[in-house]
Amino acid sequence: MEAGPFIVLSAILFTIGATGVLVRRNAIVVFMCVELMLNACNLALVTFARVHGNLDGQVAAFFVMVVAAAEVVVGLAIIMTIFRTRRSASVDDASLLRF
Amino acid sequence: MAAFWVLAPIMVIAALGILFVRKAVHAALLLAVVMISLAILYLVQDAPFLFAVQIIVYTGAILMLFLFVLMLVGVDASDSVVETIKGQRLMSAFVGLLFGGTLIFGVAQVGLGAVVGLDAAQEDGNVPALARLLFSKYVFAFEATSALLITAAIGAMVLAHRERLTPKQTQADKANERVREYAESGRHLGPLPAPGVFARHNAVDTPALLPDGTASELSINRILAARGTVRSAPDLAEDIKELTAQQENQGGEA
Repeated sequence: MEAGPFIVLSAILFTIGATGVLVRRNAIVVFMCVELMLNACNLALVTFARVHGNLDGQVAAFFVMVVAAAEVVVGLAIIMTIFRTRRSASVDDASLLRF
Repeated sequence: MAAFWVLAPIMVIAALGILFVRKAVHAALLLAVVMISLAILYLVQDAPFLFAVQIIVYTGAILMLFLFVLMLVGVDASDSVVETIKGQRLMSAFVGLLFGGTLIFGVAQVGLGAVVGLDAAQEDGNVPALARLLFSKYVFAFEATSALLITAAIGAMVLAHRERLTPKQTQADKANERVREYAESGRHLGPLPAPGVFARHNAVDTPALLPDGTASELSINRILAARGTVRSAPDLAEDIKELTAQQENQGGEA
């Protein structure tokens, strides 16, 4: 089972996630796209673990999952706080620092 | 490899769907499709532990957290179609295509070499082999993870916490308030009057009639009044007159 297609799929998913961060305006959906990028990286890590025949890649993917879990908790709490004060979850509305 | 060729198109279509669907809930469900498919790809690639963790942590915990926050923020909150920066979407699509093209082109240039496979690395199973690595080579990273998780938990609690600015109103406070209002403005001490109960209609949207024949505004819910769905009692009375007139006519014909 060759590894190339897995890496290409990972690249495609990462690209879609990155484009989503640029295009979408709802902060929660932007956050989901970040998760998609993390998942794409995990796929590449797991594939490389198989290519090189050691488990370091899988351990790295495991750590990425742990960090993603912590990041989601704090990120969603921030989105909740912003929504509570501004009644909006759009990334365009939180632009006070511009002026 | 069959699993890959079946799942890869599904994953790409679902991921593209995240870019195009209007509602955030649909995006979350499409993300769930991508994540579960990824979990199966981990299983195919000799990573059963990551398969379980992907399903439990990502699809089970993280995505449910997303849905939970979506419910709090409001499910109907969908993206506006108006662009704040002119041509942003076109530029994003262009940059995305450029980035993806570069990435795939770069990957295609690299020779990955022969796939070694994990059979030698995990002779006694995937989980024991991973555990051996985690508790020897990566033990400090693993312990730092615990600090990270505690920090995240405390951070979420601090961010979500709301300080109570006014003291909580107790039953005694409410009673005192009522008596004070009665002393100051003569507002009625007792409960509000019930809505009207009439011969043909008794519902919360019909106000009670005062002795002088006017409707009592206190007897109806102010939300119903604001919506304008309140029925007036005199209208009902006219209806009754019509009906009685009809019945008398019928009686006369018979």
